[in-house]
Amino acid sequence: MHLAYPAVLSALLFCTGLYGVLARRNAILVLMSVELMLNAVNLNLVAFDVWLSRTAEETLHSGQALTLFTIAIAAAEIGIGLAIVLAVYRNRGTSDIDKLRDTAEGRESDGPDAGVSDSDASATKAAAEKAEATA
Amino acid sequence: MTPAATVGSLATGTVNLAAESRGFLSPTGVEVVFLLVGLVTFGAAVVTVTTRQLVHAALWLVVALGGLAVEYLLLTAEFIAWVQVLIYVGSVVVLLLFGLMLTRAPIGRSPDADSGNRWVALAVAVAAAATLVWVVVDAFRTTWIDLEGAPAGSTDVTGASLFQHWVLPFEALSVLLLAALVGAIVLSRKAKAGTAAGGATATGPSASGPSASGTTDAGRDTEGTR
Repeated sequence: MHLAYPAVLSALLFCTGLYGVLARRNAILVLMSVELMLNAVNLNLVAFDVWLSRTAEETLHSGQALTLFTIAIAAAEIGIGLAIVLAVYRNRGTSDIDKLRDTAEGRESDGPDAGVSDSDASATKAAAEKAEATA
Repeated sequence: MTPAATVGSLATGTVNLAAESRGFLSPTGVEVVFLLVGLVTFGAAVVTVTTRQLVHAALWLVVALGGLAVEYLLLTAEFIAWVQVLIYVGSVVVLLLFGLMLTRAPIGRSPDADSGNRWVALAVAVAAAATLVWVVVDAFRTTWIDLEGAPAGSTDVTGASLFQHWVLPFEALSVLLLAALVGAIVLSRKAKAGTAAGGATATGPSASGPSASGTTDAGRDTEGTR
């Protein structure tokens, strides 16, 4: 098989995941895009491992071992990431990344008006929601 | 002509001969199948990052990850393929679906699934894709994977290499998984009355079920207005 096929496919998948990470607003969709990027890297690792194990007679199989490690780390990452997203959702009532800008510098003073009013509205809404939930 | 140059030209000549004997325009059956499955995978990935229905994104992610498992099989990496099916399709997507449910993602179309900087993101992604594809195709134009003979990634081969050369990273990884599991439990426990949470990583999202369902009505209202 031509090596360019898996390499090009993994490059395209990586860029799809890159677009998703940059363009999505929901935190869980961003996590999905991160998974796509990790899978693209895995495909690259497997393809080059199969290639090298034949041409260079490399017996370490480092590519496949690294792929397994990447899969395990991705599983850990998705567990931690979802726990964080759920904790944020419980506290704020939203999993919208664009609205989580409390630590942004200078956002309140010179940020876009729509964003500020949006986050304020969501904060009050979340506070009301929490009050309702605890009542 | 120096001998080294002669050897070099001979080497390039054999490379070109090899390239001509394989040929770009006569793909093998494996290549055709790889291309078709790759198109399906790429299409599913694109739908995953562009669809406005959040649950559909997770389901298209299943198609993309399953297609990647088939690509691993075509590359004769059997063990990786089945690990991919087990872990990604089996548990990661289920976790993502649980996460979508527990954050009460709207079932229908949500008009604001994409943020405002979508076009910048598209420009960045297209630029990165063009650069990467150009570099990769230019670098590996005359490189072929030899798929004949014994599979390069059977369970036998992978297990032997993993437990001969990669034992220490493997054990370190198990410690990392344990740490992640404990971290997920701690994070998803409720701060005040959170003694009910416990169990494995998979119970992290589900342990917060009761707390999340407490705010159902208000949350649904906010989801509706957004």
